[in-house]
Formats: sequence, C-alpha cells, structure tokens
Amino acid sequence: MFHVKHFDVIVIGGGHAGTEAAAAAARMGASTALISLRRDGIGVMSCNPAIGGLGKGHLVREIDALDGIMGRAADRAGIQFRLLNRRKGPAVQGPRAQTDRKLYRQAIQEFLAQEQSLTVIEGEVVGLKLDAGRFAGVELAGGIAISGATGILTAGTFLNGLIHIGNEKTSGGRMGDAPSIRLAHQISGLGLNTGRLKTGTPPRLDGKTIDWSRIEEQPGDDEPSLFSFLSGTPVVRQVPCGVTHTNEKTHEIVRKNIHLSAMYGGHIEGVGPRYCPSIEDKVVRFADKSSHQIFLEPEGLDDDTIYPNGISSSLPFEVQEAYVRSIVGLEDVRILQPAYAIEYDFFDPRDLTQTLMTRGVEGLFFAGQINGTTGYEEAAAQGLVAGLNAASHARGGDKILFGRADSYIGVLIDDLIHRGVTEPYRMFTSRAEFRLALRADNADQRLTPLGMSLGCVRAERAQVFAQKLEALESGRDLLAAKSFAPRELRDVGINVNVDGGRRNLLRLLSMPGVTREQIDRLEPAAAAIDSAIRTQIENDALYQQYLDRQENDIAALRREEETLIPPDLEYRGLPGLSGELAGKLFARRPETLAQAGRIEGMTPAALALILAHIRKAKRAAVGR
Amino acid sequence: MDTIFALASARGKAGVAVIRVSGNLAIAAGQALCGDLPLPRRAALREVRLEGRLVDQALVLVFEPGASFTGEATVELQVHGGTASVRAVLQALAAQPGLRLAEPGEFSRRALENGRMDLTQIEGLADLIDAETEAQRRQAVAVMSGHLGQRAERWRADLVRASALLAAVIDFSDEDVPEEVSEEVVALLDLIEGGISRELEGAGAAERIREGFEVAIVGAPNVGKSTLLNALAGREAAITSDVAGTTRDVIEVRMEIDGLAVTLLDTAGLRDADDRVERIGIERGIDRARLADLRIFLKDGAEVLPLDPALEDIVVQAKADLHPEREGSVSGKTGAGLDGLLLRIGAVLAGRVSGSSLVIRERHRQALSEAAGSVGSARAVIVGGGPVELAAAELQASARALEIMIGKVGVEDLLDEVFSRFCIGK
Repeated sequence: MFHVKHFDVIVIGGGHAGTEAAAAAARMGASTALISLRRDGIGVMSCNPAIGGLGKGHLVREIDALDGIMGRAADRAGIQFRLLNRRKGPAVQGPRAQTDRKLYRQAIQEFLAQEQSLTVIEGEVVGLKLDAGRFAGVELAGGIAISGATGILTAGTFLNGLIHIGNEKTSGGRMGDAPSIRLAHQISGLGLNTGRLKTGTPPRLDGKTIDWSRIEEQPGDDEPSLFSFLSGTPVVRQVPCGVTHTNEKTHEIVRKNIHLSAMYGGHIEGVGPRYCPSIEDKVVRFADKSSHQIFLEPEGLDDDTIYPNGISSSLPFEVQEAYVRSIVGLEDVRILQPAYAIEYDFFDPRDLTQTLMTRGVEGLFFAGQINGTTGYEEAAAQGLVAGLNAASHARGGDKILFGRADSYIGVLIDDLIHRGVTEPYRMFTSRAEFRLALRADNADQRLTPLGMSLGCVRAERAQVFAQKLEALESGRDLLAAKSFAPRELRDVGINVNVDGGRRNLLRLLSMPGVTREQIDRLEPAAAAIDSAIRTQIENDALYQQYLDRQENDIAALRREEETLIPPDLEYRGLPGLSGELAGKLFARRPETLAQAGRIEGMTPAALALILAHIRKAKRAAVGR
Repeated sequence: MDTIFALASARGKAGVAVIRVSGNLAIAAGQALCGDLPLPRRAALREVRLEGRLVDQALVLVFEPGASFTGEATVELQVHGGTASVRAVLQALAAQPGLRLAEPGEFSRRALENGRMDLTQIEGLADLIDAETEAQRRQAVAVMSGHLGQRAERWRADLVRASALLAAVIDFSDEDVPEEVSEEVVALLDLIEGGISRELEGAGAAERIREGFEVAIVGAPNVGKSTLLNALAGREAAITSDVAGTTRDVIEVRMEIDGLAVTLLDTAGLRDADDRVERIGIERGIDRARLADLRIFLKDGAEVLPLDPALEDIVVQAKADLHPEREGSVSGKTGAGLDGLLLRIGAVLAGRVSGSSLVIRERHRQALSEAAGSVGSARAVIVGGGPVELAAAELQASARALEIMIGKVGVEDLLDEVFSRFCIGK
C-alpha cells in the first residue's frame, strides 16, 4: 500500500511514452508517480520486438542524449543489431535492433526502479480530477485519489479500442488488456477534437514449427552499432533473423478472401498508414508484384515465438492460417496468436502546445499513440518531452522546447502540433529538412549540453560526453595542424590541382575518395584517433559545405520563428485572407510566422499579408 | 493608421496632376478642402479652398474602403498640373489634422497589407508603371498575372516528385518498396533543368524588352549614316556634313520600333584614319557595334569594311537619291526606303522577342540559375553513384531557390526590396 500523497507529475500508462515520461520527470528531480494497470506490463513491446530504424533510430539516439532509458534498454535486450542504409551517407543511417521482449521489459523496469523520486502504482485510472480547468490528480478504481500538479496521459490505443479479426470485433486495447472505458468517457467530455486511426499486427508464429532449413538467414552486423552513447558492445547472445517471401499462391488466397478482411469488408472506419501496409493492401495495391519479403524475427532468446514482419492482416483466422502456410518454410507452421487490426481514438495533436500540454486543461499533457503517432520511438520521444516539461511546469520552471533545426524530436513535435495527423505518424529522415545536420552520430553533441543545463543528464553521461568532445577536438586539431602541398598529396595518391594551395587533412576529408590509409601516410599520428571519433570527424567533413549552406536556411527559419504574431491578431478582419485560411489561423493561433507558414494550405501571399500586418502594427506602435 | 497623401502622377508640368489621399480621414480632409464630396466612384468638379482662399479647381473622385487601390477610403483630386498649383494643394492637405505625406511606396504597401495585391503583382505593377513600350507593357502584365510563378510551381512540383523517389530509397530501404529509381529521377531532373534553361535563355531577350535593343549603324565614312540616323529619329541628333569623319563619338538616340524600345547608335565611319582622335573614335565605334544587338551596314557600292555582318544583320545600299537603280537602297535625305528598313529591323527584333521569357529581373535570373545549378549537381551525384542524401539536399536547395523567387520564403527581405523600388506616390 502507498500513502496518499501529492506528486509533481502523475504519468498514466506504462508503455513507451509513459515509461520515458516518468523516467525523465524523475531525472529532473520531480516527485513522480507512474500508474499502470499491471506492474509487470510496464515496458511491454506490444507490436514487433524491435527498436530503431530509419528516422526512429535517430529519435532513440536523441532520447539517449538526454539520458533517457529506451536506448540503454534496447542495448541490454538487443539480440541482433543492424545499421540500416549502411551503403548510404551517415546522415541517413539508422541503428536498429531486434530485441528480446522479456529482457527489454526487465531492463525498463530496472531503470525505473533505480529512480529515487519515482513511485510505481498498480491500478486503473478511472477518472481525472480537475480543479477550475486545471489538472489536480487522478482517481483509481476502488476510489483511491491521487493528487498531482501535472498529469501525463499516455493511454496508447486503449481509448475506444476495437480489435478486428475478420468480421469479429472485440473492444479492447492490446490483446488481452481491458480498456479504460470510464476514463475514455471523461476525456471525451473535455471537448477535445478526436479522430480515428487503425493499425495492425501480423500473426505470431511458433518457431519450432518453421522449417528453418528452407529459410534464408539474415545475420546482424559484424560491428554492431548500439543505441546508447554509454554502451559498448552487445551484452546478450546475438542471433540471426530469417527471410522468406510471399508467392502467387499466397496472393491468390488473400485475393479470394479479401471480402472477409475487416479492412476491405468495410468494418473499419479508421485511417491506416500508407507505409507498413497489411498483406491485403500489398496484394491489392501492388498487384503487379508477385512476391513480398517477410522477415522472421525472433521475439526472444528463450522464446520460440516468431514475429513475421510484413504480413499484418485483419483476415479471419482460417484464412490467415491458409496464406501463412502457403509461404516457403512455413508450410506446417502453427499460429500462436492471430493477426488483428485495431481501431482506436486519438486526440488531434494540434490542440497541444510545444510542450505537449493540452490547450484546454492546464497541467495535463498528452504523449504517445493517443496523439496519433505510431511506433515505440515516436511515443518515447513524446514521453520525454512531456516528462521534462511536466516536471518543469509543476515547479514553475520554463518551457523546454525542441526545434526543427536541432533535433528529430523537434521535427516530431512541430509536425504534430502544427500539421496534425491524417494517418498514424511515423518518423522518416525525409521529414527533417536539416537532415544532414541531425545525424544519429552527433545526437549527443546536439542535445546533451541542453540536458546538462536542464539537470536531466546524470554525471556518468556528462563525463562520457566531455571525454568525447575532448577527443573530437584533439582529433580535429591534429588533422588541421599540418598542411600539405599538392605534390605531397599526389605522392600518396590524392589527385589535386597542382596550382592549388596547401591543404590540411581536415579539408582533404571532404574530398570524395580520400581514404584513411592515405591520411595515415601523410600523418601517422592520425591512426591513433579513436575509430568512432574519426568516423564522426569524417562525417562532419563530408557534409561541411552543405551544412554551411543550410546555415542560411536555418537563420531564415529562426528569423521567422522570432517574428511573433500578436495573440490578438484579428484574422477574420484581414482583407485578402480567404475565409478558410482565416478560420484555420483563428483556430490554430500560431505564435510565430514560422508556425503560420506550416499551417496546411498556407499561401505565400497570405504569409506576406500576415507579415505586413505585424509590421504595420509595429510601425503604428513606434509612431505613437 | 495615418491618413496619407501624395502626388500620384509624375512630377513636373502637365495638364493634369492626380493627388491621392488614403486613410480613415481621407473623406474628412476632402470635405474640409472641397465642401461636400461627390458620391463614390462619381466624378465632380469642386473648388479646393484653404481657410476660404481658393487654391485650385479639382475633379474629385471618392472611393469607398475595400473598393480603392489601397483598400482604404480614398479621395483623388485631379488638379491643374502646374508645379505651383500642385504644391499649393499638397500644402493645403498637409494643413489638415492627422494627414501626412506618404512615404515612398506607401500606397502600394497599403494595397498589399489590405490584400488588394500580392507581392509578385506589385513587382509587375512596378514594371507596368515603368513600361515605355507596348512589348514592355505586355511583359509586365504577364508577370503581374503570375505566369512566371506558375512555371516555377510546375518545376517545384517535379522537384517534389523527384525528391519523393529519393525519399523512398532513403527511408524505405529496409522494406521491399523501393526499387531502382535513378533513371526516373534523372529523367525528371532533365525535364526541370531543360525548362529552367529555356527560361534563362529567354532571359536575355526579356531583359532587352525591359532595357531596349541596341541597333548600330555602321559603314564607311560619308555614306550617310548620320543622315540616316537623323531621318529615322525624326530630328537632328547627329551633326551631318559632307566632310568624311564628321562623327567621331558614338551618338545614341532612343526610339520605338514596332512597340520595342530601341537605342539607335551612330558610329564613326570605318576607314584607316591618320587622325589619332578619329582612330580612337573608329575603334570605339567598332566595339560598340559588335556589342549591339543588331547592326545595319550602310554601303555605298561594294567597299570592304573591317567588320563583318553577323547573322541577321541588315546590309543596305545607301544614297538611293543619287542611285535610284540600287535595289532596296535607302536615303536619309529623301526618306526613300526608310519604311522598308524599319520593317526589316522590326522583323528581326520581333523574332528575338518571340523567344523571350518572363525572367525580367536579376532576382529571378539568380534564383533560376541557382535552382538549375542545384538540379545539375543532384544529377551528377546520382549518375556518379554518390551519397543519395546529398542529391536530396541539392533538390531541397533547388526547390528553395524557386520558392524564394515566387515569394514563399524570405518574405521580409523581399518586401524591403520590392518597396525600396517604388518612388513616392505610386
């Protein structure tokens, strides 16, 4: 039993958003409560047993740079590490890990247990306590009340969740979890805008019934890239994944039964993602493709469950069995848990501020899937932002803001609160216009100093970070120290214009085709630079000229971000502004010109009009 | 917001001058000076009086808010165009409470602020005001109605498609969606680059429309070049005499041919001169003639000149008055053959103009060159198998350059640039 007390931050939900939020608030020193239906359900991976990927891996690195827990937990539980896009440039490479479900959950629970100011409470939140429009606490089933200055709701797909398998419907969150209907009811009453989305999972397979001799093996990287800046090498046994493919027969079965699919049978109203399509989608939309790849991912080292990535579905169980068994290697497979699609409510994230606090209820924050995102990493990133800000808000501190020019976290938040979502929002590197600057390898340089100033970064990381900066600096100094004449460079095989001046090694790194060996021949001491440090210096050099150019764009963005729009600007009165745009501007109340520019349907002329008005107001103020 | 006023028509003596008053107090100021005002959009004659003293007579027009150039209540006074009378009316307006003289470009700025015009339209307006010839006017109207912006939007849309293909390769490499896209991307980039290049090639002609063409008359001494120039210009711009080598410096005359602005150049006669000053004049003449857009070779028989006609240059025989047998010859003295010559010049220049683009400003040209340059770099990266994210960054830069041209970003700077070009009153 616990004593009824007052918390700075109450986190509702123990998924990826909730755990990261609770850990972040606790690191900030806030007294924090994490309330979850079941203590052992904290940190559960409800969908595929993997962390990271393109864009997502960047988010995990950024969470880690602020001393978050997702990256470290994934490293502890990682049973296969692969750096995606290895053949492309470093800015678009994303670390990804196959993780052992159980080990991951254990790692998360362990990290939370280490937080002194965090209390984990098992229970069902049935209602929020509000006091004059402000968050005041929560009520648990059984009538227990907990008061708190701020609350973070991370209810995932629990809100009005509806599971579909063929034409069978069950209301619920994840399979086997009871939905919090009373809570959903109360929140619906707050008058927030909601929408409906859907997502799906594939069937889970019994690995013992798979003919592995007929399955292609996909090993992890020889030199694994882990997530955390604090991690070295994998700690548990590494295993390969399997790769197999759908075939014409699979597609035929799906086609013949397509009318039985919940999605195609008209049972689902929510909008699903365009990426990560279900097997039904693949067969219908990519009808000319005769085969699709399926990754067979182990769910754990001592778990035979296999997650077949690429064949999510909402077909009836018998059809699932038939199409799965048409696949090479899966002829005799046993399905442990059927595939299903789930529909759920989300809250329009455009009703949130940059801190993820709701506009309607002071002190109430939303994070994770309820904001319309998909993916553990997107959820955790929001949890982090909400956790830091709730802790700060509870104690009267400043807002902690992330921008598009400094992090993927900033891109995520900015996209959500300004553009909203039309399908489950997933991070891609293409969403970041300053992609070349926002790399996974420099996430710590971008964010750890901020974390240190906020107080959410612990001493161990601060020290590792300081060492890295020092190594980077001395590495750069070494490479910049000596410069070489064109003749000397030609001697080691670097072809440069003979009439060019002397070049230092840092500059040579930006030339395509220059190898480490050539550099080492010119400066033998370079070989002693730590390999990871050296890679990073090379990455910076590769993008240098582009980064210089982007500086102008960043400066322009900053200028627009600094151009504040008066909160009382009367859009409806602005002649020349269409009624539709005026309505959107009125509803969204952009704080800056940059935000206004990101509103859907905004035109250059309208932007110029708004700017002209701000200037007019300024001139009038000066003239007075 | 202040009520502002200024002379809206050109300064200097004229039959009529238009004075515009815009703002909340415009009607009150009009009433104070003219008594009762006519109904909106009706013209009426009124006496302009300050403290009972008659200042001038004016044709008065009233525009309601939302139905005027600036979007504000506006009163326009068409007064007599004498310098003193205009000054007197302006002084009378300045004496009204709450009124002040407009800053340069302020009427246009208010038109923009009140949503009466957008940025590109205002740019086009500036050119329309400056337009001297029919071709310049057509060009300005085309820009003002947003044709260049539409083209840029099309290129931008193609850039987005190419970027999307690259994004698929980058962001979905772990799924089996992406396939080989280089070919499709390169095809798109070629299309964009071709379009922008064509537009840039036409930029020269477009600039000519704005700035005018240079047409040089060249020939041996004393074939009648200056006489021809004077005849074409309709005035004695160049000194003529029968002494060879009378023209030593380059003489310029601005005129209009078939709606195009043309600067006619008279150059020193080409010969081996002993006089040092004349020699300098001849060299200078040859240089200018070479740089001109078109040359008219005036020949007296079959003499050989130290400058060869370029493609499309016009060669005519001179002194039609003395040698009526010369076919197609011209005479500045009698005017014989001049109409035909003007037609030929007009035809050549019209041919050049037909390839003109809407790129009429250095700002546009720079943005397009930048956009095309980035597309070229992206293409090189893809063809050379370089890091695909760099190609994507180039396409991003290209799209941005186009956006800057059509005013999507950098609004602040653009506003400053655009308004700094306006003089008072316009």
